[in-house]
Amino acid sequence: MRSTSSMLSRFSRQSHALLASKTNSLAPFLTSSSSYFSTCMVSKTKPALEENIYQLDDQKIDVNKYKNFKYELVYHHNENEIKVTESNSTELNLCNSINMALKQAMERDPKALVFGEDVAFGGVFRCTVDLKEQFGRDRVFNTPLSEQGIVGFAIGVAAMGHTAIAEIQFADYIFPAFDQIVNEAAKYRFRSGNLFDVGGLTIRTPSSAVGHGGHYHSQSPEAYFAHTPGLKVVIPRNPLQAKGLLLSSIEDPNPVIFFEPKILYRSSQCLVPNEAYKIPLEKAEILKEGKDVTVIGWGSQLYVLEKAVEMAKEVGIDCELIDLRTIVPWDIETVVNSVKKTGRCVVSHEAPLTGGFGSEIAATVQEKCFLHLESPVVRVCGLDTPFPLVHEKYYIPGVVKCFEMIKNAVNY
Amino acid sequence: MQKASRTVLVKSSHLLEKTSSLIASTRSSAHQFSKRFYATSCISSPNKPCYPGAVNATFTHQLEFRSSINPDGTPFPIFNIMSNDGEIVNEEAFKEIDYTPEQVVDLYKTMIRLETMDDILYNAQRQGRVSFYMTNYGEEALQVGSASALSPEDMIFAQYREAGVLMYRGFTLNEFLNQCFSTIEDYGKGRQMPVHYGSKKLNFQTISSPLGTQIPQAAGAGYVYRIQNSPHVCACYFGEGAASEGDFHAALNFASTLSCQTLFICRNNGFAISTPTRDQYHGDGIVARGIGYGMPSIRVDGNDLFAVYYATKRARQLSIESKGPVLIEFMTYRAGHHSTSDDASRYRSNEELMYWRNEQNPIIRVRKYLEKRQLWNDELEKTERDSNRKTVLSLLAKVEHAEKPHLDELVKDVFDSVPPILQQQREWTENVVKKYPEAFEGH
Repeated sequence: MRSTSSMLSRFSRQSHALLASKTNSLAPFLTSSSSYFSTCMVSKTKPALEENIYQLDDQKIDVNKYKNFKYELVYHHNENEIKVTESNSTELNLCNSINMALKQAMERDPKALVFGEDVAFGGVFRCTVDLKEQFGRDRVFNTPLSEQGIVGFAIGVAAMGHTAIAEIQFADYIFPAFDQIVNEAAKYRFRSGNLFDVGGLTIRTPSSAVGHGGHYHSQSPEAYFAHTPGLKVVIPRNPLQAKGLLLSSIEDPNPVIFFEPKILYRSSQCLVPNEAYKIPLEKAEILKEGKDVTVIGWGSQLYVLEKAVEMAKEVGIDCELIDLRTIVPWDIETVVNSVKKTGRCVVSHEAPLTGGFGSEIAATVQEKCFLHLESPVVRVCGLDTPFPLVHEKYYIPGVVKCFEMIKNAVNY
Repeated sequence: MQKASRTVLVKSSHLLEKTSSLIASTRSSAHQFSKRFYATSCISSPNKPCYPGAVNATFTHQLEFRSSINPDGTPFPIFNIMSNDGEIVNEEAFKEIDYTPEQVVDLYKTMIRLETMDDILYNAQRQGRVSFYMTNYGEEALQVGSASALSPEDMIFAQYREAGVLMYRGFTLNEFLNQCFSTIEDYGKGRQMPVHYGSKKLNFQTISSPLGTQIPQAAGAGYVYRIQNSPHVCACYFGEGAASEGDFHAALNFASTLSCQTLFICRNNGFAISTPTRDQYHGDGIVARGIGYGMPSIRVDGNDLFAVYYATKRARQLSIESKGPVLIEFMTYRAGHHSTSDDASRYRSNEELMYWRNEQNPIIRVRKYLEKRQLWNDELEKTERDSNRKTVLSLLAKVEHAEKPHLDELVKDVFDSVPPILQQQREWTENVVKKYPEAFEGH
């Protein structure tokens, strides 16, 4: 069930460049045709509604340009949400911003505890570095190796009115705690008639693809939890978002699962305000406004989508890009308003297609935007297979797959 | 580890020693544990074992496999104070019991009140008046006895067969019945099945059906007491069947390694629904496992009110003063069906059941004790039972027709506030109800 220690240290020490190049090179043979992966095909015979604007299929795009991208979002934050200046901020990667958020949460809340497997020495991804030294071993500590124990213990801590910030080493290993999360944490307030709650509980866990994580260091299990009333599920896309959303998650009076896309730990960098700040949960963010198609994603998939949106721009498609940020309860209003404007919708996530959260979005969009839709809602997702090792680049909904499906949605 | 286990064995066999010495031995064993992590050097004596996983172990030249805690293979003894005839057989321990005669009478009254409630609600379920019920027959002494040894502020996490614990704490018959009948007065707002009680003011966490989940939660609560330097424990009740869940293992290991002020209280009543203990485990019950986790552990006669009280009281004291967990295994017998959905006669004989109901009944044992001391008699018995019966029956008549919780409660408390999507679902539901009211009559 666990990776070897050498694998752990490889994840935590690998350089930014290596991670970036390993994960995101896309297979050249995927560039010309979508027929190879026809998971959610739309007809290409119909002309676009707006005549003569999109003659897409004949255009040749230089895919190599999009192959190796840095984990830097062009649209990395919304100025209206947080003011970031050189003087009030520091350039941080994602694990450092998580670390800063944890420190500030613990400073603000003397009842906050941080625990999990290997967190005392700083964590296998270095997110809890120096916390034990600063706050003492009673507040920052290792637990025995048992995920059901970690979450059960955390629920008990939270039920006593303390703030429990539990870490599950990889999201792939959250399943032993599924019972505690789904049957206990999520239902604690409801079943007791609000006599007791575990609102002080936050579960942090590294998730998503990392280039070579295979079955058990790559999963994106958000959809399993999205089917559970009583939980909030949050996924940040960069260090700035991670800090604000994590601080909100910790302070939120409900149990929250906070998935941290592990590929971003060292690769994504941006200016992060030094002061503690919060970014609201349940609020999607429009990263880029556009008029032709709404493109929705979360976490590290936004870096892929941003490149796909750039490719689409080359062929004249103006995408509106949305970061959902909170998976549940999700911001239906922002998404629906956007799709009503653009008339088209593409959702993309790394997790498998069937039963993925994209299905929930697609169903809701078709229900609420039926008369506005110009083409079927498209889902670009992982395949319905376990997460593979050697075929990762074929499995993931990479830049070219996303581009192809955006193009199809518009060219329907 | 061996040395630590020996310390614990010594402790359990000398439970009657003064508390101060108990604490001293626990402290020294805790000290050994902490030293374990730092004993890194064996360069000077390479022939002494110094494996980090068991630093205090010695080498042996005898190839010996062990399957029992005690090398001679005898099972853990069962600590008792009062015989089945209500006679004190352990005067030394009995002297330490600080119950007043009035308190013993009160505890007896609580036990028969619990029994009366069980009788009536069990029958009410048979008549289809309540959807489900679970009785506490045979386990009344361990419930009220252990509850009386705890402080009212000690947090309790229970399984579902601990109504007597809650009753001792002051949960009224009215409160019990409102929960079972999902009335508007049910604190749980009619959301959970009957017998899933909870009380904020009585520090009793709301019961949930998944077995064993409360055990690691209780470890977490006991951890909070320890880091607060609090003079309280978290008491966690569970059956011997629940102890087979992975959560039990996680919980005891966490409580031990993280020094949690948690009392793990196992009700070993011989059955998990139809499964006898011989199909549940092959070791020496649950108590032997506590030793494996490095935890002071004791086996007690759960049908002996005094032994239950005394062992729980000392265990509580030990937990607080040593800042660590303690395990108690109460031996008892489930003298009723598992629940109203179960017919125990399919897997055990009626004679066996009647033996435990009549010959080995913890309530009758206390009654014998009281009668021998002229603290109780047939007349008092009749008056008390009749009065309980009347109270429960009149409450039953009341709650059966009581108002149910408002439909708003369907969507409240999922989160701290109602999200828009849930508000829409609630309105949609109400619209359908308004359109087709006859389809939704009754509950």
